[in-house]
Amino acid sequence: MTKEAKRPDHEVIYGIVEPGSRVLDLGCGEGDLLYLLTKGKGVKAQGVELSEAAIYKCVEKGLSVFHGDIDSGLNDYPDRSFDYVILNQSMQEVKKVDFVIDEALRVGGRVIVGFPNFAYWRARLRLFLKGKTPVTYSLPYRWYNTPNLHFLSISDFKEFCADKGITIESEHFLGRNGTSRFLPNIFALNAVFVIKAGNKVKGG
Amino acid sequence: MTTQGSVGKVKTEYFTFAEPPKELKLESGQSLGPITLAYEAYGALNEEKNNAILVEHALSGDAHAAGYHDGEEDPGWWDPMIGPGKAFDTNKYFVICSNVIGGCKGSTGPSSVDPKTGRPYALDFPLITISDMVNAQKHLIDHFGIDKLLCVVGGSMGGMQALQWVASYPERVRSAIPIATALKHSPQQIAFDEVGRQAVMADPEWRGGDYYGKGQPEKGLAVARMIGHITYMSDQSMEEKFSRRLKEKNYSFRFKTDFEVEGYLRYRGDSFVKRFDANSYLYITKALDYFDLSGEKNRHPGRHIETKFLVIAFKSDWLYPSYQAQEIVKQLKMRHADASYCEIKSTYGHDAFLLETEEQTHLISHFLKKAQKEGR
Repeated sequence: MTKEAKRPDHEVIYGIVEPGSRVLDLGCGEGDLLYLLTKGKGVKAQGVELSEAAIYKCVEKGLSVFHGDIDSGLNDYPDRSFDYVILNQSMQEVKKVDFVIDEALRVGGRVIVGFPNFAYWRARLRLFLKGKTPVTYSLPYRWYNTPNLHFLSISDFKEFCADKGITIESEHFLGRNGTSRFLPNIFALNAVFVIKAGNKVKGG
Repeated sequence: MTTQGSVGKVKTEYFTFAEPPKELKLESGQSLGPITLAYEAYGALNEEKNNAILVEHALSGDAHAAGYHDGEEDPGWWDPMIGPGKAFDTNKYFVICSNVIGGCKGSTGPSSVDPKTGRPYALDFPLITISDMVNAQKHLIDHFGIDKLLCVVGGSMGGMQALQWVASYPERVRSAIPIATALKHSPQQIAFDEVGRQAVMADPEWRGGDYYGKGQPEKGLAVARMIGHITYMSDQSMEEKFSRRLKEKNYSFRFKTDFEVEGYLRYRGDSFVKRFDANSYLYITKALDYFDLSGEKNRHPGRHIETKFLVIAFKSDWLYPSYQAQEIVKQLKMRHADASYCEIKSTYGHDAFLLETEEQTHLISHFLKKAQKEGR
């Protein structure tokens, strides 16, 4: 169905998800990732997506998907309804990130978060030398048409997890051609984190 | 895209059951029998009997969902959705639609003759509920020897029946498509229904429901239907359809139908009374108002629903607003149901479930394909 090669972030997430697990993809778009996961890993998939056009694409692929926004979408699920909750390239678009992450941790055993790194070196240069809002491969939008509400770096996200007592299980960094390990906060375009609720009591 | 066709000439069939003493026990505690159900069926039931789809009609609908009756120009009420190559593809599926009990289109209702008295039931007809309608349909499905329906689908009251099927007979429904519907009527919806009922009952021709043979309360029923039609449209669709256009060049300065919208409502009211029984209107709207699957007993957070769902709402539908569809979805989430939900952008209001056939076809045809594949 998907003719083009797997997106590198999809490949990373595909590698993380255990076969046969229950997966909720928040901001699933046209369902490409969920389709890969159902086909290849036999997961029980559920998507949430705001765009009506994307909903049709998901249903075409045989996926189950709810039309709605992520910010108001999780409170109906009982605790631990899913093994994984995925927020790939969608966390930075939600209004209340900390609330959504808390809810995702409540309904899923593990949460997989993928986001563009704002501290990528080209972004730094553009801001530092040109004095302009960064436009990069992972942040392709201009300041006036970006869907992103939050701009964060890999270090920001780690700090966020530490502050909230969230356990980081694994971290994966992506450059232009696959994984990127060297100084990720400077050289990674995208990051994928697997997190789970820590031992500390969650903040309210 | 496959070419779409019509199911062609069709005929309403009848099935009678619940002959005394085996009457159907109703939710009210009363019994009803014998019961006749008018139904139509399109396509062919396969050998495994696993390709059957039950289509449920709305308040004023009937068993004639698709194709043409002899000598009639207009096709059935959901003809764009049912037929070869359509959403409910009769090349693949066996589609059944039956008139609800309490109705007046061939199924037993208040205008039917009570075998005990030899006269129409009128208000001696027991109050019926959505669950009673579904229980009656179950006899028809049993009659066909269908163990498990591939899908139960309907809009508005039809959607309530689809939900009720899953609540009453979860093991007999593989998938359900409730459209433009709710788990229960809100006070606003009950209020509109009550105004409609009062309009009928305030008409002196209603005669306490005992008007058969004397002509029905046409004025009251027409007003009820006019109110109904207002709630089925949206502000925007009315603007597009009528704006403030006049029927004549100038205002009449009399109480005539000056505006096109007035003419439209009167026409709708007048044509409705020719085809619909006033008492049926009372009974069916009451069934709508009594319907309530929102209660704790239906939540069962732990109990899983095996039926696969596609829930559809329409953006401009203010009679059954999308928050009500989302309440259905919420209940499904709590019970770990495999479900999809789409709010289709439309300006048609509640009528959209009859009119926005392209978008629904897209969603439904793929959804059914998946449901059928998983059923194998």
